[in-house]
Amino acid sequence: MRDVVEITTTTPSVSAVEEAPSTMRGAEILVQGLIKNGVDTIFGLPGGAVLHIYDAIWRFRDDITHYLVRHEQGAVHAAGGYARASGRVGVALVTSGPGATNAVTGIADAYMDSIPLVVITGQVPTAVIGTDAFQEVDTFGITLPIVKHSYLVRDVSHLEAVIDEAFHIAASGKPGPVVIDIPKDVTAQLCEFRGDRPPIYGDETWERSLDIETLALAVDKILSAKKPVFYVGGGVVTSGAADALMAVVEKLGVPVTPTLMGLGGFPTAHPQCLGMLGMHGTYTANMAVAESDLLIAIGVRFDDRVTGKLAEFAPNAEVIHIDIDASNIGKIRKPQYPVVSDANVALKAILVQLETIRIEGKDRLGDWWTTIREWQAAVPLFCEYSDDVIKPQQVIETLHEVTNGDAVIVADVGQHQMWAAQFYPFKRSRQWINSGGLGTMGFGLPAAMGAQIALPGQQVVAVVGDGGFQMTNQEIITAIQYKVPLKVLIMNNGYLGMVRQWQEMFYDRAYSEVDLSISPDFVKLAEAYGAQGLRAAKPQELRAVLAEGLAFDGVTIMDIVVSKEENVFPIVPVGGASRNMILK
Amino acid sequence: MRHTISIIVANQPGEMSRIVGLFSARGFNIETISVGKTLDPNWSKATIVTTGDERTVEQIIKQCSRLARVRDVKEVTSLPHIEREMALINVSVQPGTERQEVMSLVEIFRAKVVDISHDKMILEASGTMEKVETFIEMLKPLVINEITRSGCVAINRISPVSTDEQADAAGA
Repeated sequence: MRDVVEITTTTPSVSAVEEAPSTMRGAEILVQGLIKNGVDTIFGLPGGAVLHIYDAIWRFRDDITHYLVRHEQGAVHAAGGYARASGRVGVALVTSGPGATNAVTGIADAYMDSIPLVVITGQVPTAVIGTDAFQEVDTFGITLPIVKHSYLVRDVSHLEAVIDEAFHIAASGKPGPVVIDIPKDVTAQLCEFRGDRPPIYGDETWERSLDIETLALAVDKILSAKKPVFYVGGGVVTSGAADALMAVVEKLGVPVTPTLMGLGGFPTAHPQCLGMLGMHGTYTANMAVAESDLLIAIGVRFDDRVTGKLAEFAPNAEVIHIDIDASNIGKIRKPQYPVVSDANVALKAILVQLETIRIEGKDRLGDWWTTIREWQAAVPLFCEYSDDVIKPQQVIETLHEVTNGDAVIVADVGQHQMWAAQFYPFKRSRQWINSGGLGTMGFGLPAAMGAQIALPGQQVVAVVGDGGFQMTNQEIITAIQYKVPLKVLIMNNGYLGMVRQWQEMFYDRAYSEVDLSISPDFVKLAEAYGAQGLRAAKPQELRAVLAEGLAFDGVTIMDIVVSKEENVFPIVPVGGASRNMILK
Repeated sequence: MRHTISIIVANQPGEMSRIVGLFSARGFNIETISVGKTLDPNWSKATIVTTGDERTVEQIIKQCSRLARVRDVKEVTSLPHIEREMALINVSVQPGTERQEVMSLVEIFRAKVVDISHDKMILEASGTMEKVETFIEMLKPLVINEITRSGCVAINRISPVSTDEQADAAGA
């Protein structure tokens, strides 16, 4: 590519070379555009429609590290894990047709959890689009309902601006996945690459001014409430609002309950933290919300797994709802105090307002805290240990001890996810990574690989079930190939455990198609991949296996055989009122 | 309750399908939809007639506003407005009294005859949806061969005091 750079002066200064427009193929414009937008990591898998792009990837291999996954779903989940761990935009590159359809699950996963991704899909040449050409699918159409935005680039002269804008849209406002579908001929056409800084967009759709008046009324309301609760979600994590949230709630002395997506946005061990809210939330969190007179909802969307039966969710509470997405406000519950804002911006503004207000003594909420402490004492999260069999909750508690509570935990989906959410006290934002909205089994392993790549030197642990592990375990070899020290902890109960639990509780123990007792030997499987394989089947072995596996300088698969029919408690049955939890 | 929503969206391939897809994905109803360029050809204006309660309409407006290529969304029917639909109707009409009957209906509804043969006519009617529907209803004793309806277009009023009834009386 350097051959086609036109240098017009004999002794150009360095900056003149950089500023001189140069003509290159669409494929190089794409890769240069990625570099310009700060990308140094891509997850992908090549194919016919992206051959030109992969040629450019090879030429720019010193600037961008490409991780060759073994299935495109793994690429998008890895990019998702990378984005969730770092806050940067994750990038995946796949070919047309099946490459794009295999990417769909990862795109939908990112859409549901508002994760910034740019997914580049190859497309058949423009001349044959619509003719049912080999490996042609309507990627734009298929992904339409699961993207924040998407492009079909039919003209190479649009490509550079499309890339710049795609990164802006993915990361700004409420983040989300952006798909760029590029026909093969466009990647071969020559065009000028400007290489200028990405433009700064000032679109009013994304940047709203804060409604200070409503916020001031809301603050007055918080100060006069008798039983207020902060209900905080993924928006707090995404916007980097953890510090502002901490300052505000410590000043106010109000209890806080994070959602599954909000875990880490407020430290679990903080005395004001009630634990997680929702279907598998703590008794105290669900009771506090049920009894509250004011719900301060920040960066949340009143998800059905949080609210349970809507009519009985915080039935006596007024609601302050702060969210960056206006469509979330009033979608499920109509708030008395709606504030469309980035959570961090709003919390900082609240902090400013609080500076001028004298807050009454600490016992302002004394009665409320007395009630809360009674709930906490009456129904704590608990687990009965056994001498014969490893309890899944015990696995998480031991993992917490072995990692000093500092590890980034990446969960798959199912019972183990809920136990990890309940029993690993998170200290900081982005320490907890999971597929919350879509509930994607198979997410955990590739996402942990992406997270580990984003956080070299940090301890990242994938906590997965034996079901979800088998959906994407092909990416173990990707971690081996690139020397990513992936740590996978399999909570092996020989069942699709969450489904089994529901069949036990709500379908008279009819265990329909949930038995996974016929599974590969995960230790041998690990060894076949060239990874370390360890197994713990007795409680006495657990700590040593975790310590050895996590200390190993390489990929480790830890097969932890746990009690088969353990259930996640508390549980709010679907459609039930959240105060009517089943506790054991 | 019927609402007319006007959406300014980039005049680019795929953008209308994004809006239509959003309506189906979120379970919103589309009664009619019509699209045309605005004064600036880079932007189109879509007029969508939908049914739903206040909360549904609020969600439609907010969800459409989220789209990156949507510039403006408003509910036209929340303010005084003018609404029009056009219909082209092919009816079988025998010469003589039947044709006279139709001509008087055309007169009453301020419709037009835009094509004619020995035994058929094509009529053009425009007005509010209700007016167009009433006209079609009145033609039903005849054989209606084909109807093409444009869907609704709407615009907010500029006159300080006015109602739809006055506008219709004024010859719309």
